[in-house]
Amino acid sequence: MATEENKSAAAGSPAQIESQQGFVYLPLIAGWLVPGAGHFLLRKWGRGALLAASIVGMFSMGIVMQGKLHSSPHDILDILGLAGDLGTGLLYFVSRVLGLGADQVQVTTADYGTRFIVVAGLLNVIAAVDAHNLRTGRKS
Amino acid sequence: MTHFPAVVLFALFASIVFGITQRETPMRMVRYGAYCFALFVGSVIALSWVMFLIAR
Repeated sequence: MATEENKSAAAGSPAQIESQQGFVYLPLIAGWLVPGAGHFLLRKWGRGALLAASIVGMFSMGIVMQGKLHSSPHDILDILGLAGDLGTGLLYFVSRVLGLGADQVQVTTADYGTRFIVVAGLLNVIAAVDAHNLRTGRKS
Repeated sequence: MTHFPAVVLFALFASIVFGITQRETPMRMVRYGAYCFALFVGSVIALSWVMFLIAR
């Protein structure tokens, strides 16, 4: 009796079993490409909306402040900046295509804007990993 | 935009993400987000006064 209960507890509810099927990295990839999309896929609507608003808001603020989008890195700091920018996923690529952001940092607010863009990318990576943890059951 | 509104917005956005991703229940998310926000803004105010006093 106890063994059967343990087996059913390990298997989880039908909803949990259903959530374990499919491509396990989909929320991670979707969350990276579109901020909040990983949580939306897992039906965490409120969390996804707040994450999307925060990350898109921070990225937009960076663009409005004439922040620089790193494109061709020349030194280690530029490479790190590019890595941070790439964390925003499609936001970075769309902004590059549209020619948004400044080529050179010329005013103080542009320096802040550059940091806003990089940090938005890093926060998006954290959010995407959180979606992955929710998907794998590491986090409830 | 001046320095302080930029800092407050930065702290707000970062705290929301930290709160949601680092805690599991909604109440703990709110509390941790508020804690991070207070630390961000409080640190900025404290360091600003330190820099002001050093520069004098």
